[in-house]
Amino acid sequence: MNNKQIQTYSIGFLGITIFTFVLTQLPESIHIFQSERAVMFALLLTIIMVMLNEVKEARISADSIFLRTIPGLKAVEEAVGRSTEMGRPILYVPGIMDMNEVETVAGVIILGHVAQMTAQYETSLDVPVARSIVMQAARESCKEAYLTQGRPEMFNEDMVHYVTDDQFAYAAGVNGIMQRDKPAACMYMGKFYAESLLFAETGNSIGAIQIAGTASQAQIPFFVTACDYTLMGEEYFAASAYLSRKPELIAGVKTQDMVKLMLISFIGVALLSRALSDLGLTSFNLLTWLGL
Amino acid sequence: MAFSTIFGAWIAAFLTLGILSYLYRDNPFYKIAEHVFVGVSAAYWAATFYWTQIYPNLFGRLFPKDGPLAFIAEVDFNHDFNILYLFPLLLGIMMLLSIFRQFNWMARWGIAYTVGIAAGLKAYGYLSSNVLSQISASAVDIFGGTLPIFSMSGDSVFNNIVILVGTISALMYFYFSREQTGSYGKFTRLGIYFLMISFGASFGFAVMGRISLLIGRFNDLILFSSPDYNYGTYWMMLFIVVILGFWSFQNPEKKEG
Repeated sequence: MNNKQIQTYSIGFLGITIFTFVLTQLPESIHIFQSERAVMFALLLTIIMVMLNEVKEARISADSIFLRTIPGLKAVEEAVGRSTEMGRPILYVPGIMDMNEVETVAGVIILGHVAQMTAQYETSLDVPVARSIVMQAARESCKEAYLTQGRPEMFNEDMVHYVTDDQFAYAAGVNGIMQRDKPAACMYMGKFYAESLLFAETGNSIGAIQIAGTASQAQIPFFVTACDYTLMGEEYFAASAYLSRKPELIAGVKTQDMVKLMLISFIGVALLSRALSDLGLTSFNLLTWLGL
Repeated sequence: MAFSTIFGAWIAAFLTLGILSYLYRDNPFYKIAEHVFVGVSAAYWAATFYWTQIYPNLFGRLFPKDGPLAFIAEVDFNHDFNILYLFPLLLGIMMLLSIFRQFNWMARWGIAYTVGIAAGLKAYGYLSSNVLSQISASAVDIFGGTLPIFSMSGDSVFNNIVILVGTISALMYFYFSREQTGSYGKFTRLGIYFLMISFGASFGFAVMGRISLLIGRFNDLILFSSPDYNYGTYWMMLFIVVILGFWSFQNPEKKEG
C-alpha cells in the first residue's frame, strides 16, 4: 500500500464514519436507518470505496499490478495441453449447486477461460451439470469462448449437458462418464458436498490430471488428498482474475487483499482495546462499543 | 409380508450391489444402476419442483380462487393474488424459450436476475458471518488473568494465542499482492500448516460419517438377506456374481500403454 492509497483510504474511511455517525443520530421519527447495523453499513461502504478506487487504479495500469503465482492456475493450461497431446477430452464439473452460489458463478467464469483454451487447442470439452440454470449459463460461457477464439464451428451445445439435480445420482452419472470417456484432465470448480471424494477418487483411478477449486471448507481436504492441484477458498475466487487479466477482476483481488489488511489491523486494534480493558487501564472496549 | 415390499427389497438389494460392483470395474450392472438412478432422480426432481414449488407458490399466487385470473384456472392454496409473480413466470418462460435458437438470448435475463439477487442477498450474510464474527472471535482474552496459561481442552491463554496466530497467518497466506518469500513467506507457511491441520481433522470427521453411511447400506443388505425377504440379498448377489464372472470372461479388461 503506497502513501497515496493510505491517504485516500484514510480520508474515505473518515468520511464513511462521519456519515454513518450522522445517520445513527437521526431522530427516531425518521425511520431510514437501523443503528444496530451501523458497523455493517460502514464496513460495506468501506469495501465499496476500496473496490472503486482499485478499479480506477487497475484501469490506469493493470499490467503493473503484482499478483503472486498460484501453482494450480498454471496447471490449468498444462492440463489442457496434456489432454490435447493424448487426444482425450477434458471433463469440467461446475459443482452441484445453482447460480445463486458464488462458487458456481466463479466456476462458470473459469469454465469460460478453460473453453477458450480448448477452442485454441482443438480439444473436446465435456461439462455435465446438475442444475438447469447452470446449464444455460455454462453454455453461454462456452459459446462466447469459442466465438472469441474464432472457432464457433467447434462449439456444440451438447458439450454442456444436464444430468440430474440429485446429488448422488449426479455423482454416479459423472463417475460413469469418467470411466467410459477416460478424460485426460478433470476439473472440479464450484460448490461441492459429499460427492467431492467420489469424483476425485474416480478421476484418480483413471489417471487423469485433476485440478479442483472450491470454497466448500469441508470438501477441500478431499480434493487436497486426491487431486493434483487444489485452489482453496480465495485462490479459487482469484482464479478468474488471474486467467483473464481483466482490470476489473484484478481490482477485485486487490480489494480482497486491502480488506484483509484492514481486518488484520482491526483485529489488532480490537485485541489491544480488550487487553487495556482487561488490565483495568481503561473501561472502553471497542468490540462491546460496536456491539460485536 | 406383502409381495410389493419383498419386490422393493430385492430391487434395492440389486441396485445397491450393482453400484458396489463398480469397485471391481465399470460393468453392465453398474450401468443399469447408474442409469436408473439418474433417470429416476431427474424425473423425480422435475415432478417435485413442479408440485411443491411452481404449482403452489407461483400458480397459487397468480390463479387463486376468486382472483382476477381465476377465469383461466383456479389453484387454491389460500394465497392472495399477487401480480408481482408474473415476473418470475415471465423469466421462467424466457428460460424455456432458449430451446429455440433465435430466442437463446432470453435465458440471460433469468441468469442475470438469479446471480444479481444472490450476490446482493449473500453479501450481507457473508460480511456478518465471515468477517464481523471472525473479528469478534479473534479478539481473544490473553491479558484478562482469569484463564489458565495452558489447558489441553477449553479456553487458555496458550490456546487463545494459537487461535490468534492461526487466524492471522492463514489470512496472510491468501494475500496475493506480495511474493511469499523471506520471513513473510515463513509466516504464511505457518498459515498453510494451520489450514492443513484443520483439513486433516475435517477429513477424519467426514470419513467417519461416510463409514456410518456404508454401515447403513450393509444393515439394509443384511435385513434383506433374512428369510422374511426370501433371502433377496443372497439371490441378487449370486445373480450379479455369476453374470459378472461370465461378462468378465467375455470382456477382459484392456491394459493401457
